[in-house]
Amino acid sequence: MFKKILIANRGEIACRVIKTAERMGILTVAVFSDADKDALHVEMADEAVHIGPAPANQSYLVIEKIIAACKATGAEAVHPGYGFLSERAAFAEALKAEGIVFIGPNVHAIEAMGDKIESKKFANAAQVSTVPGYLGVIESPEHAVRISDDIGYPVMIKASAGGGGKGMRIAYSSDEVAEGFARAKSEAASSFGDDRVFVEKFIVNPRHIEIQVLGDKHGNVIYLGERECSIQRRNQKVIEEAPSPLLDEATRRKMGEQAVALAKAVHYDSAGTVEFVAGQDKSFFFLEMNTRLQVEHPVTELITGVDLVEEMIRSAYGEPLRLSQADITLKGWAVESRVYAEDPTRNFLPSTGRLSTYRPPAEGLEKGVTVRNDTGVYEGGEISIFYDPMIAKLVTHAPTRAEAIAAQAHALDAFAIDGIRHNIPFLSALMAHPRWQSGALSTGFIAEEFPEGFHLIEPEGETLEILAAIGADIDHRLNERKRSISGQLRAAQPVRFERHRVVALGDQRVRLVIEDQAHGLTLRFADSGKTVQVQSEWCPGQPVWHGSMDGKIVAAQVRPLLNGVRVSHGGTSTAIRVFTQREAELEALMPERVEADTGKSLICPMPGLVKVLSVTLGQEIKAGEILCVVEAMKMENVLRAERDGTISKINAKEGDSLAVDAVIMEFA
Amino acid sequence: MKDILEKLDDRRAQARLGGGQARIDAQHARGKLTARERIELLMDHGSFEEFDMFVQHRSTDFGMENTKIPGDGVVTGWGTVNGRTVFVFAKDFTVFGGSLSETHAQKINKIQDMALKMRAPIIGLFDAGGARIQEGVAALGGYGEVFRRNVIASGVIPQISVILGPCAGGDVYSPAMTDFIFMVRDRSYMFVTGPDVVKTVTNETVTAEELGGAKVHTSKSSVADGAWDNDVEALLQVRRLIDFLPANNTDGAPHWPSFDRPDRVDLSLDTLVPENPNKPYDMKELILKTVDEADFFEIQESFARNILTGFGRIEGRTVGVIANQPMVLAGVLDSDASRKAARFVRFCDAFEIPIVTFVDVPGFLPGTAQEYGGLIKHGAKLLFAYGEASVPLITVITRKAFGGAYDVMASKHLGGDLNYAWPTAQIAVMGAKGAVEIIFRADMGDADAIAAKAKDYEERFLSPFVAAERGYIDEVIMPHSTRRRIARGLAMLATKKAERPWKKHDNIPL
Repeated sequence: MFKKILIANRGEIACRVIKTAERMGILTVAVFSDADKDALHVEMADEAVHIGPAPANQSYLVIEKIIAACKATGAEAVHPGYGFLSERAAFAEALKAEGIVFIGPNVHAIEAMGDKIESKKFANAAQVSTVPGYLGVIESPEHAVRISDDIGYPVMIKASAGGGGKGMRIAYSSDEVAEGFARAKSEAASSFGDDRVFVEKFIVNPRHIEIQVLGDKHGNVIYLGERECSIQRRNQKVIEEAPSPLLDEATRRKMGEQAVALAKAVHYDSAGTVEFVAGQDKSFFFLEMNTRLQVEHPVTELITGVDLVEEMIRSAYGEPLRLSQADITLKGWAVESRVYAEDPTRNFLPSTGRLSTYRPPAEGLEKGVTVRNDTGVYEGGEISIFYDPMIAKLVTHAPTRAEAIAAQAHALDAFAIDGIRHNIPFLSALMAHPRWQSGALSTGFIAEEFPEGFHLIEPEGETLEILAAIGADIDHRLNERKRSISGQLRAAQPVRFERHRVVALGDQRVRLVIEDQAHGLTLRFADSGKTVQVQSEWCPGQPVWHGSMDGKIVAAQVRPLLNGVRVSHGGTSTAIRVFTQREAELEALMPERVEADTGKSLICPMPGLVKVLSVTLGQEIKAGEILCVVEAMKMENVLRAERDGTISKINAKEGDSLAVDAVIMEFA
Repeated sequence: MKDILEKLDDRRAQARLGGGQARIDAQHARGKLTARERIELLMDHGSFEEFDMFVQHRSTDFGMENTKIPGDGVVTGWGTVNGRTVFVFAKDFTVFGGSLSETHAQKINKIQDMALKMRAPIIGLFDAGGARIQEGVAALGGYGEVFRRNVIASGVIPQISVILGPCAGGDVYSPAMTDFIFMVRDRSYMFVTGPDVVKTVTNETVTAEELGGAKVHTSKSSVADGAWDNDVEALLQVRRLIDFLPANNTDGAPHWPSFDRPDRVDLSLDTLVPENPNKPYDMKELILKTVDEADFFEIQESFARNILTGFGRIEGRTVGVIANQPMVLAGVLDSDASRKAARFVRFCDAFEIPIVTFVDVPGFLPGTAQEYGGLIKHGAKLLFAYGEASVPLITVITRKAFGGAYDVMASKHLGGDLNYAWPTAQIAVMGAKGAVEIIFRADMGDADAIAAKAKDYEERFLSPFVAAERGYIDEVIMPHSTRRRIARGLAMLATKKAERPWKKHDNIPL
């Protein structure tokens, strides 16, 4: 086996590869740019080599620098991770020329699958199912109808020269084809000056399902089941799972065998993924093959028990596969969420900065549930502007899909991140979504279910009671402590607190009574009459409330607020204040405060020099976007937009000295 | 007999109604609570004992003899906040607009005297229209009596003023002499003379909010120490503040069991100070990660934001925290920051609250605005305040400690008991570039030579070790161990006795 390998990547995937290498007794070399000097992968590796400035095209993407790092450290092989150089044939080739092993497929396979047309040809040759269509010139409407009848409805009529939605028509019957053909043709002519159109099967509510394959240098290829990645936002996968709730054993076998046939056709000799688009009727058609380890590979690892990185390393070393197809059985269900540094409530605007809190949920196997968190960051680390803003991949595995989803929802509730905005509320909302839970997926899921973007869920029903109970528990704990403050009037009779409480959750009020505190807290909801038994080890200062309600495990994020806490749970995030009845009565008399409108202009908060002006006149801006950088006392201060708007006036330019309270720009 | 007892009930009920239901409703319609409702919120349930409920004014002018209302516009008494005694007076806006008469003042005086005698905090809830004009000089005399007691009690018991309505004249000067003033946004004003008088005298048109609203006093004038959105929020926060404060200047700060381990290590602090010296970082993160349970009661949050002041706890005991804030003006010391911090240091010292100082200061702010504004004198206030403080002083330098500002920020030389520095600390007269340009003025034309010299200077002086070699720094500590170091330090310093020569009082540069 290799003595030492280099990982030509960063972040979570570099860390993930290092873990397996370490377990196999292989020494590891990390590479890092200026921005990653203190990164986790550098810390974890046995050695680390600096490869240049922060921008990837000057560091992680420079083949010569990676090769030089291999030579300097004596690394015998390179694992490319995903992204960066992982699918560059030139990289694999350059390594080969230097006698360094590429832990991935052979150059020929990368090249063959890297080209969309080429890969379709291979797929056709290997009798892999591809989207039915007619690529030749269509003469007449009648011709189009004949072709469509053959393909089966609905079909898509598309301009050959087209792009976007222009000149595209969907037809559900022969009549519609006849009519659509003429329209599409004329639209194509006017839009592209080329009236050629083609017809292809239109897949309604398509799903993204992919097959993991694994090959060696001895001609063996097996498949390790599928992953479904239909939950996507703008073609970016958000949630992945394995297996797919769509497939049955027969379809799975068909897809797997086709994927293996394609892999064999290109002498595939590593881990790879064959992507399919699938119809709700379980029809499936080849899309492309990714000749690398996929981001979402952990879900496959959890249901098969195979460490894909280890198998990649072994195959690259020349070992024959240790597993045959018969050894692969799928056990349980795995769900992965991609935790991103982005603000879901502000149109998923990326967020960068210091992770002042980063506490992932506990990993490991407990009561049949596995929690795995692949990450490349740590508390006190930085999410930089230079790379993909992924914070972590949170994966849960359980015997059934419902249990895996419940475990994922719970793990998300227990995931504490501060300092930057993150998408956990969105991921939690997805986990709670009935359509996701039912498995009725399609790649249009997010666009269809969140047409107006994401908004925090308003708590109601059981969630409202859970949140109220958490609020009451926290309040109770704080009150109990207040009873033991020193200097009380008569220490033998510490102050008492009332049992009747009104929990204010935003505008909602939940009245409850603390019935008993012998075993945790017994709460009775005044309106429903229901009681709940709350148990928790939570202590003030802890960011996560862990506990149980009537034996059911619950976690929630809690952050102090003026006179209360903000509790985030299951895609909700609510300001909670717990009042006595009298306090609540008086609080009800308080008027709603209208915040003065300060968002119309950007005021210079200190005397200073405009270092960078990041926006231009008339530009539309999103809340949180950087507007300018003002240097004061040699310190750079980043000024951001408080809300969405348009720049209507700019009163300063770069290099200007501004006084405090000077209006830098105005918004419309 | 029963009749007699019932009569008391009747009289009490009448007194509790203050100016009557119509006025109570009007008060509610303004988004404000009545004096008694406010006291209910402030005190532990059922703990309030009222005094002088039946006091009435003795004025006979302008027909006042015909309008007497029991209580005379102020509710006074005592009760507990989480079991600890506090005295309170609350202006009743429903009775003569809360205006101060001779007897009204006497009620307040009685409570002031009792609070001082009992060495317990006193809280004034203000919502008042100044002196009762019908009483003339008798009211002014009443104010004077209140003021004098404010002064005598200052530094002996905590005095807190909460401004919950429009206050002018005498009703702003008594608060001004107390330790803390808090306001309610949009509903409370403080000014010596109101907008009408301003218009008459200076022809300036200004609204009450612009002249003396919460925003003005918390961010511009620094008269107020904090502001909240409404009465309920404000009074619950005052309860929270009371939990931090000692009852008086000899009992020491209160304590309660902490859920936070004193030796908790926080590795994320090792990366708090950015590598680039020109990049700011949030000093509040260090404070929150150092004190118990991240619980920090900030004082003057909106004013001179380049310095942070407030109360936290270590091992359940109150500490005062002062810290330069690199996020604002690079944490520079200017007149406002110096005054803000100086007053806070003196409060802590007066009430035996240990002080923890986090330092990242590039110096004093240069410029005519500062010099004309008396930076020398204001800076000296902080210097003076630290220098005279005899409570335990622990100082941690995280990054810059440049020039005179190094001395000011609770340095060893001023009497710091434990002076720590992070390895990232730079204790020097100034930054490398500035220093080299002065020392090697002759080489100024040669950029390379200057750069090389600057590098030398950086290596030699921009570290904690030059100071540590001289013993100005007791120990260079790892950032992650800051809480543990401070906790142990405070435990050891608990028995500190610092004797000063007898004096009537010092002469701080006011």
